[in-house]
Formats: sequence, structure tokens, C-alpha cells
Amino acid sequence: MAEQWRSALLLCLLMAASSLASTGTTAPASTGNDTEHGTGTINTLPIVTWKWHHVEVPYLESHHEHGGGHNATGIAIVSFKWHHVESPYLVAVWILVCFFGKLLIEANHKITNYIPESALLICFGFILGGIVWGADKVQTFKLTPTVFFFYLLPPIMLDTGYSMPNKLFFTNLGAILIHAVIGTVWNAATLGLSLWGCHQGGAMGNIEIGLLQYLLYGSLMAAVDPVAVIAVFEQVHVNEVLFILVFGESLLNDGVTVVLFNVFDAFVSLGGGAIDAKEIIKGIVSFFVVAFGGSLLGFVFGLLMSLLSRCTKNVQIIEPGFIFVLGYLSYLTAEMLSLSSILSVVFCGICCQKYMNSNMNENSIQTVRYAMKVFANGSETMIFVFLGISAIDKAIWVWNTGFILLTLLFILIYRFIGVFILTWMLNRYRLVPISFVDQIIMGYGGLRGAVAYGLAVNLNESKIKEKNLMVCTTLLVVYFTVILQGVTMKPLVQWLKVKRAEIAEITLIEKVQNKVFDHMLIAIEDISGQIGDNYMRNKWRNFEEKWMSRLLLKPSARKQQDHLYNVFHQLNLQDAMEYVKEGERRGSLEFIRNESAFVDFKKKLGEDYEEAMPDIMADMPSNDPVSTCRRDVLPTVSLEMHEQNMRGLREAEGINAHHLLDQHLYKGRKQHRYRYSRSHLDINQDENEVQEIFQRTMRSRLESFKSGKMGVAPPKTITKHTKREPQTKMPNGKNKPYHSGDEDFEFSEGDSASGYDTSFPTRVTYRAGAGIENPAFMPDLDPSSPLHIPPWLADAGMEVNPVAPSERAQVRTPGYLHRLSSLRTNARSGETAQDRDLPTPPPHRDDDHL
Amino acid sequence: MLMINVFVSSVSTEQIKNLHMRFQQLCGNEKTLRKEHLENIPTLADNPIKTEIIKAFFDKRNQHNNELGSYEEIGFEEFLMVMSHFRPPSIKTSAEEKAAMRKRKVRFLFNMHDTDGDGKITLEEYRKVGIVEGLLSESESIGQEVARAIADAAMLEVASTNVPNMVREVTKITLALFLHFACPQILKDLEMESRMYVRFLDMNTANLRCGK
Repeated sequence: MAEQWRSALLLCLLMAASSLASTGTTAPASTGNDTEHGTGTINTLPIVTWKWHHVEVPYLESHHEHGGGHNATGIAIVSFKWHHVESPYLVAVWILVCFFGKLLIEANHKITNYIPESALLICFGFILGGIVWGADKVQTFKLTPTVFFFYLLPPIMLDTGYSMPNKLFFTNLGAILIHAVIGTVWNAATLGLSLWGCHQGGAMGNIEIGLLQYLLYGSLMAAVDPVAVIAVFEQVHVNEVLFILVFGESLLNDGVTVVLFNVFDAFVSLGGGAIDAKEIIKGIVSFFVVAFGGSLLGFVFGLLMSLLSRCTKNVQIIEPGFIFVLGYLSYLTAEMLSLSSILSVVFCGICCQKYMNSNMNENSIQTVRYAMKVFANGSETMIFVFLGISAIDKAIWVWNTGFILLTLLFILIYRFIGVFILTWMLNRYRLVPISFVDQIIMGYGGLRGAVAYGLAVNLNESKIKEKNLMVCTTLLVVYFTVILQGVTMKPLVQWLKVKRAEIAEITLIEKVQNKVFDHMLIAIEDISGQIGDNYMRNKWRNFEEKWMSRLLLKPSARKQQDHLYNVFHQLNLQDAMEYVKEGERRGSLEFIRNESAFVDFKKKLGEDYEEAMPDIMADMPSNDPVSTCRRDVLPTVSLEMHEQNMRGLREAEGINAHHLLDQHLYKGRKQHRYRYSRSHLDINQDENEVQEIFQRTMRSRLESFKSGKMGVAPPKTITKHTKREPQTKMPNGKNKPYHSGDEDFEFSEGDSASGYDTSFPTRVTYRAGAGIENPAFMPDLDPSSPLHIPPWLADAGMEVNPVAPSERAQVRTPGYLHRLSSLRTNARSGETAQDRDLPTPPPHRDDDHL
Repeated sequence: MLMINVFVSSVSTEQIKNLHMRFQQLCGNEKTLRKEHLENIPTLADNPIKTEIIKAFFDKRNQHNNELGSYEEIGFEEFLMVMSHFRPPSIKTSAEEKAAMRKRKVRFLFNMHDTDGDGKITLEEYRKVGIVEGLLSESESIGQEVARAIADAAMLEVASTNVPNMVREVTKITLALFLHFACPQILKDLEMESRMYVRFLDMNTANLRCGK
């Protein structure tokens, strides 16, 4: 199956590629630089037309018959206007081809395990380029700087900014800056000077490059490329500090590169004689202006964006669009003012992420998140493919063994030397020193990429005679670093046993402790009378809370800011999910056993869910306004459907917990519909009650846990269920039309993960607000009237706990449901219900076993 | 004094001098430091876990004399001892020393929670300490009750997760467990361990911020 799929893909791809290639073939029929912006391909493509007709004739035959083609004198019903659509068409086709390439590559996991995707994409580019070349004999497509800098780069940078781990980034900012600024200058200077030295020594043979030009070349080669670094490091999963160091450096050194490049470019034009101290000082000043100006501009745009997102509620559909447009504008504005555009867009993303994520509603956030990835990943794919394609061009290949090999050597060596020196200095001041192994990876991670290539192509040929040599060497360096270093990176990381990133679920207590740490450190600094990192961080946080949040966040969003709370909420959700699963299972069994207990069952099921609810709605008690508004929207706590829930969610803007949750939960398929209606239940109006419910759950969980420790019960085997069972039970629970065949109801575990995993979490997630209205929540209350007696009235004494110890013991599987006492309670009640065939709600379960 | 030398050895004399100046500044003209002195530090006023921190300074357990109870007032030695929990490791610090330091830090944290000094954090203690409440009350929206519930949930979480080779008591956390759950980053020697350190600057910073 997989094989077929793969070969089919390959076929498609080849077809696409060859048709494209053949389009390229022929005579230069037309002219014109296309105005359309798009991929780098366009300006080369005028040619295509004629061939296109050839290729496509079979498909278009009928059109021609009827429409008479271009020459028809009468009204053409269908006409073939290739020129009309040419450039956008080609752009689209190229994008498609690149995507196919990615698809093809990703279909082969075995290969991508060893070779990073970026390297494969470049190789794919080679092949495409080869095809084009074979058909054309001319290099017709390549990555032009305009396309790269204006269309491909910005989305990637915006995405990196937007998804930047802020805290990590700013805690390591010092080290990052040192590496980015000093390291880059070091790289540029040493490379330029060494090459020049070798030149003087005669290692290069006969080429016309002066010192300044070497320095210019050094400056364009100096910068570690963000795109390449992300692409390689994302697949390696090194520890986060190491990652942020390399990655942050690659982002921030853009400012330096741009300045160095411009300065030396200007120097080259001026000629050696005209450079005096004044010019050099101007160059240094311009560095600060460019770098800080760019960052500041991005910051301003980020703030604007956040402000804007406060009031975009009414244009929800285009709400996500703002971030893209404004982000792009920040890039262009910086470019216009000749500031560092990369820094600008990155900081724009960094600055707005928090506020945007809180202000926008859940759907928009998802949209932004995905769209951002689509653009960024797409751009990245195309950049690499086109880097590969660009290689297939006779014109640029000027071989000079000395120059090329020395460049490669120096780049590698000086990078390592630079990293070692700088980290040695930094380590004297760092609390946690960067280990030697990490330094090696940092040095080895100095990948060069498309930015260098873009700059190299930008060189002015009239001033620099050996431009082609430089371009070609740059390309080689890019291939060398991305492909060779990229491929060897993973084995190296494994071999050196570099600390990997830990993907650990953060526990609640840990979260609490982290906060305790923070405050403790601040306190200690206060007591010892120092102004340290923690002090500054604290100041910033206070400032941020006081002013920024007030200004930039919607009031509703502001309330939901607490992370501790979010984790708590998450935990509860997990419990609830497990619990509901369990409930489903039991429920279905039970139904099968007593068909007659129709009504009961419904009730019981309701309870089951309700118990899960309070957990879910843990976020509610704290924020009354939101919950109220939600309640309005969701008239009943419906366990049903998404349409409703979605609507509800939309209103419930600023439920911050959702962002967090959604990142951690499986996504449900939207078409899933759940047929529970709980509309027949009373609606719980009182917010205090909500709070109370919540309290009680916690309490009962705790108690159940305690008793679980002591209780000894015979193991109960939980029967596995077939798919059908869950299905059958639902309708009963519901009174709604019976959907036996409805695939939406595949809850059973045996079912594929997609059916199960996806559906459950979703339900739970979206039901967040629902718990409020859950009257039947506490089953342990008076059994006869669970719907009417508020839980807290029923058992005022805190310690009176409804627990079924025995049950708990059974469910002892590690990590399984311990947090959720209610589950056990219900399990028990479920059994009793079966036994007695009762129309009454579950009996007290506590007494007998305690 | 010997004890102090052991623990404080990596705090440089310069730093000790600074801390001493600060100590004198804090306690005014007296020889010893009392709780009010610390409570009077203005910047500390907003700290949600202020009380616990101050208590920790006067806790005998943190002096490593195997004593329980707390002092009414402490001298500079004790002050330094508490402070030494937070000194950062230097590059030269060996792995074992680092581990020992981490352990002391965790112990310190643990003591903050374990108010009765029986080596276990009970649920009651965890709730009572008010750390969670303190932290949560920062964000106004969360009520005390909820904070309590969170404390409960956190305890439960610890209690309900199965850890191999560890005997657990219901709703009580022993040091080992605490280490395992609350501070895994410390346990695992992750980069995050930097959290528990305060950089005592060599320069005299006491003047930068006027004391009380």
C-alpha cells in the first residue's frame, strides 16, 4: 500500500516536473518581466508558451475545436490565453512542484531519519534543475534576491518570532547577542583577512580580489542562516538552551550582516583610498541604528497589532489576517527605512504573541497558528528547492580550488574558534556554563544558507569582477553546511551525547514549585540587597502586568492569565477525559444488561458526565463575566454538538486555558456530532454553586484517593467493548434519534486512534463551560433528587466523603484516573444500578466500604 | 564556624563582606537580626511568599544542626548559612558537590513546606503554608478556595502517580517524592537548575539600593 502510494507520488512528481521542464524548453518566445510577484521562477519564464501549447494540446483539443483559439474572429466561446495567466500560473505550478517534492520526501521516513529534509530538498532541487537544464540548455529558474527577501523570507521570520519561546530567549539574550554581534564580526573579519592573506601568499592563483572585496565576501558569508538552522535543529532536538543559542544567534546576526555587507559594499565602491576614520565610525553607528532601529520598529508594530486585536472581535473572519499583513508591513517598513527587516519582523512576532493569543478567540488563534506554519514551511521548502535548482547553471560555476577549499576550511575553523572564545568568556559569567559538548554543537551548527546566497547574488558585478566565483563558492558553502553538516549533525549529537530536549509533561506541583522558586529568588535578592536578574525580571513582570496587559489585553483575557491555573485546568481535563472514557465503557455495558432501565440509564449517564464537568469547568469559577456570557450562548449544557459549542466558544473569548489545552489535546474532527442532550436538566445558575461543585470534586478526589489506598477490593476486570456497544448506548442516554450507524459514535477503544482519541478530547475541550449547568452533578447527594439539591447543602461537612474505596483499588493501573474520584464512585454506582435495576440514582456508596 | 566554612566555602570573602554589610544594614545597630527587620524591607512587601521566606531564615533546620524549631533572632553566621543555599556553583565545583548543593536547596524548599518538621509534607501543611494561595492570589481572579483546591490537586497528583521503588503515604510527601515531583529539573541536572541560584555580585551592591 505504502509502496504504491509512494510510487504513485513519484510518478506524479515526475510528470509535473517534466511538464514544467518541457515548458522551459523552447525558444524565447516572449518577453517581459512579469510583474507578478511570486517565486523566483517567474522572470525566467516568458518562454514557456509555445511549448505549453504542444504539451497541452491533447487536453485542450475540444477547446480549440469550438473556440477557434486566439485567432477566432467571432466570439470565442473558449479561448486559450496562456499569456494572460502565464506568470501566476507558473508560480503556482512551481509551488505545487516544490510541495510535491516535500510530499515525496516526507513519504520516506527511513530516509528523513538520516538525512535532514532541507538536504533532501536541495537534492530534489538539483534533480529539477537538471531536468530543466536538460530540456533547456539554459539556466532559466533560479532564486532571485527579490523573491527571496520579499516573499519567501518574511513568513519564515514572522513564524519564528511568533512562536519564539520568549522566556528562554530573553534569559539567554546576553549570550545570544554576544554570539550574534561579536561572533559574526569575528567570522567576517577572520574569513576576509585569512583569504586575503592566502591570496597574497599565492594560494588562489590569478584572481582579482582586493582586501575590501574579501572583507565584503567575508561579511556575507559570516552570518549563520536562520532558515537552515531551524530546518536542521528542529529535527535534532537538542536541549533548549543550546537550541536557543544557535537559533537566536542566527536570527539576530542578520542586523550585523546587513550592516557589514552594506558598509563594505560602500567601501568597495568608494575604493580603498577614500575610507577614513569618519567612514568607519559611520559604519559602526549605522550598525546600532540598523539593529536597534529594526527591533524597535518591530516592537512598535507588535504593540500596534496587539492593540488592534483588542477590537477585532467583530471581524472575526479576517482577524488572523491582521497579524500577517502587519507583520509583513513591519518587514517592508524596515526594509524601506533600510533597517534590519529580519529583526523587525521577528520582534514584531515576539512582542505580539502573548497578547494576540490572549485577545483573539480560539478559532483565530488556530488559524494563525496553522496559516503561519503553512506559509513558513512552504517558503522554507521552496527556498531549499530553489537553492538546489540554482546550482544547475553553467554561468556561475567558476572553479578555483584554492578559493573554494580555503573558504570552506576557514568558515569551519573560525566558527569553532569564535564559539570557543566567546563561550569561554560567557561561561565566566553564566550561572550554568555552556558545556564543551554544547560548544561543539554550536560551532558545528553554524550553517550558512539562503541569506548568504541572496546577498552574494546581490553583489554588483561591475565592481566585483569575481562575482561569479563568490556566488559559486557561496552555493558550495551552503551545500556543504546544509547537506554535509546537516546529515552528520544527528549522529554527532548522538555520539557526543548532547543533552536532548526533554519532553516532559509539567506537573502541577512542579508548576507551583517553579513559581515558588521565582519568588524565593526575588526575595533572597531583596534580602541580600542586590539587584540581580531576578530583580529585573520581577520589575519587568510587574510593569508588564500593570501597564502592558492593561493596555493590550482585553479585560476578559486578562483574567485568564494564570499559568498555574491553566495547568490545573489541564489536569482536570485529562481526568475528565479518562473518566468519560471509563463512563462510556461502563455505560454501554450496563445498557446491554438492562435494557429496561432506560430512564435510569439516561440519568446515570448524565451524572457521569456531570461529574466530569466540574473538573472541566475548573476555569469558570474564577471568571464570572466570561462564564456568564458563555452560559448565555450555550443555553443548555449540551453534550451535543459542535455547532453549538463552537458558537459558544466564539463568544467566550479570552478563555485562555483553551489555548493551552488545545495545544496539548488531540483535535477532533469537526464533523463529529454527539447526540446527547441534556436540555431536560435544570440549569445551574449560581456561580457560587459552580465554585462549590469544583471544590467538592477536588475534595472527593482527594478522599477517594485516600480511601483507595486503604481499601482492598477484588480486582475487577474491565471488559473490553466492541464498537457497537457504545453506539447503542448513546441513543438511550439521549432520547435523540438513534444513530446506530453513525460513525461519530465510535468511542470504543478498539477502534482506531483517530476515531477515539480525536473525538474524546474535543468533546471535553469544548464542553468547558458546560459544567456550570450541571445540576445533577453530585451523585452522592440525595439519590432521589440529584437534580435539585445543591451539593453543598447536601453535605456541608467537608469531610463527609462519598467514596468507593474498592473501586478505586481496581482502577489502580498506574497513572490511571487517580485524580478523579468521581469515576470510581460512579463505577460503583453503575454496578449497583445494574444489580438493583433501579430507577433511582446511585445509592450511597461510601458507607458500605468505608 | 566549621560548619559554615564547609558550606560557605565557595562564597568568596568579597561576597561575605558584602553580605555582612547588608546584614548590618538590615539589623540597624543591633547585633542580631529579627523578623521585623526582614519584614521591613520595602521591596519584599509584595512578595506573595514573604512570610515563608522569612520563616525559613529563622528555621533551625536550615542551619544543618539537626535541630528543630526556630530562632527568635539570628546572627550573621546563621544569616550567611541560609544565604549560602543560593550561591551558584562555580565552574570548579565537582559533580558531587553540585549534587549536594542541589540537595540542600531542595531540603530548604522542603522545609518551607514541612512546617512541623516531621520530614513529611502533609496535605494540611501544604494547604496551610499558603504558598499556593499566596501565588494565586496574585492574579486577583482566583479565589482562596480555588487556590486550596489547586493545592489539593497538586498533592493528589503526587500521591497518585506511581513512582517505582518509592513507598508513598497517602497525602504525605516525603523528601524523596518532593524531589521527584516538585523539582525534577534539579534532580535531573537540567539547565533549569539555574533557577535556584542567586548571583551574589562581587561588587558592593548594598549601596545601590538603600536598605530598609
